[in-house]
Amino acid sequence: MATTVITPAVALIRPNVIGICLKETKYEFLKSLRLPMYSVSTIVFPVMFYVLFGLIMGRQMIGGVGTTTYLIAAYGTFGVMGASLFGTAASLASERGFGWLQMKKATPMPPFAYFLAKIVMSMIFSAADVLLLMILGVAFGGVHLSAIVAVKLLLTLVAGSLPFCAMGLAIGYFAGPTSAPAFINVFYLPMSFCSGLWIPIMFLPKLVQKVALFLPSYHLSQLALHQVGADNGVPAQTHWEALIGFAMICLGVAWAGYQRDQKANG
Amino acid sequence: MGMSTVQTFPARLQAAHHTAALMSKVSKNYGAVQALKDFNLEVQAGELTAVLGPNGAGKTTAIRLLLGLALPTSGRVSVFGGDPTALTTHLRVGTMLQVGRVPETLRVREHIDLFSSYYARPLPMAQTLSAAGIENVRDRKFGDLSGGQKQRVLFALAICGDPDLLFLDEPTVGLDVEARHLLWDEIRQLLVRGKTVVLTTHYLEEADALANRVVVINKGSIIAEGTPGEIKSRTAGKKIRCFTRLSTEVVQALPGVVDVQYDRGAMLIHTSRPEGVLRELLARDLELAGVEVAGAGLEEAFLSLTQEKAN
Repeated sequence: MATTVITPAVALIRPNVIGICLKETKYEFLKSLRLPMYSVSTIVFPVMFYVLFGLIMGRQMIGGVGTTTYLIAAYGTFGVMGASLFGTAASLASERGFGWLQMKKATPMPPFAYFLAKIVMSMIFSAADVLLLMILGVAFGGVHLSAIVAVKLLLTLVAGSLPFCAMGLAIGYFAGPTSAPAFINVFYLPMSFCSGLWIPIMFLPKLVQKVALFLPSYHLSQLALHQVGADNGVPAQTHWEALIGFAMICLGVAWAGYQRDQKANG
Repeated sequence: MGMSTVQTFPARLQAAHHTAALMSKVSKNYGAVQALKDFNLEVQAGELTAVLGPNGAGKTTAIRLLLGLALPTSGRVSVFGGDPTALTTHLRVGTMLQVGRVPETLRVREHIDLFSSYYARPLPMAQTLSAAGIENVRDRKFGDLSGGQKQRVLFALAICGDPDLLFLDEPTVGLDVEARHLLWDEIRQLLVRGKTVVLTTHYLEEADALANRVVVINKGSIIAEGTPGEIKSRTAGKKIRCFTRLSTEVVQALPGVVDVQYDRGAMLIHTSRPEGVLRELLARDLELAGVEVAGAGLEEAFLSLTQEKAN
């Protein structure tokens, strides 16, 4: 008896999208981990600052809590910003500019996997930054964090990396392939300073304190400080709204860049 | 000149198993620049089609259109009878593009593992590595590879999904002779396995060595098309080498002269009418010396094709 075997066309079998996202993220992580310019600087700078200004020099209280506790939130925010901005913008700008992204777009890779990988990778480095600061603080800085507070602080800061990933994507679409790191620092360093991440906000001039209200880094740092009981008393919702608004603007800019690329190439 | 352009058929009449990719009356403008003009290309399944031309001729634009990375300003592009931008098309296509910088901190096998995951039925890693001849560098980081090894890793990324159709954009550019020949062997293996290949190159030798079919393009248009042998026979010219006091302009103006160059003080004249040119040279320069006449190589053949078209 003749049997009819129905074989689906090769083209109709699709690869596993979740599998692609996992691999893309894994290799994005390995790629960045092996890039000292990224992995060392995003981890070392916040930790170095913390050790220097928190563990070695910090003896007073700030905002009602010990300096070492206060600075976990401040340098945690600083670390998250760095990990997110450099994790997205620098590699995107370079891969766009040098044609690697085009090469990937010619494959069946779903484009969102590419962006998702950069964001998740940035969040992993952000989490590592915050965890390291907490461990140092508890071990050497006399910091007391309950498990709940520690988890909430970690989650707040890791969630807070998202608006900066959005900002990084926006920068990555408009910066040149090699100029992105400089471009990032133009925003990153002044924003960190004006938001009180290096010198606590109350010690900064009144004008800078007013400018801070417009900076996402200020709002994230207040959310982190809120978790350790050292915030300015403004409801957390206000800060979240500011961060979400900022993220939306950045995503809009990134989208415009994406469209511009499509148009220029297509 | 006797130019054979591809006939274009309505899409429905295309036999899907014969035509792997088709460009029909395609024009592509980038702002004021017309990268392709009324361009027709038919890629036969199971063959290697070489798109040959100087830099800026429109080769890469043609590849980008076939990959769906760019859309035609006018005309139609189809791959396997479908939309080049569709996922179903990309699943059957492998690509080697000219990339300025590849992420350097990933290892060779990691790059291949990632790209293999994009496809439904990738080749086993070992097979990809051996087909590209890079087993010995599988654990090396991309940034630590030589130029030839880097090209072969990019080649591995093109073949790892076991695609039916491969686009290789200048695959051997910048390679030394040995590395180039190794890659040629690997490309020939693809054809043995029944794959279809579209390759762009500005090396005539490469097209001659690999292609079933050569499409010569310049300034966005096809100027000649045929088997490598046909292309060569159409351009049977000669090269005259001599020492002369005549100026470039005078020699260039002689009938049948295609190009004039200098080589260590000697004048190199490429011509389609060597006898007539020699007579003129002898008549005009009584001190003409060191005359040699040789068959023109592929480079000269190509030059004459592009020049004929320009004149």
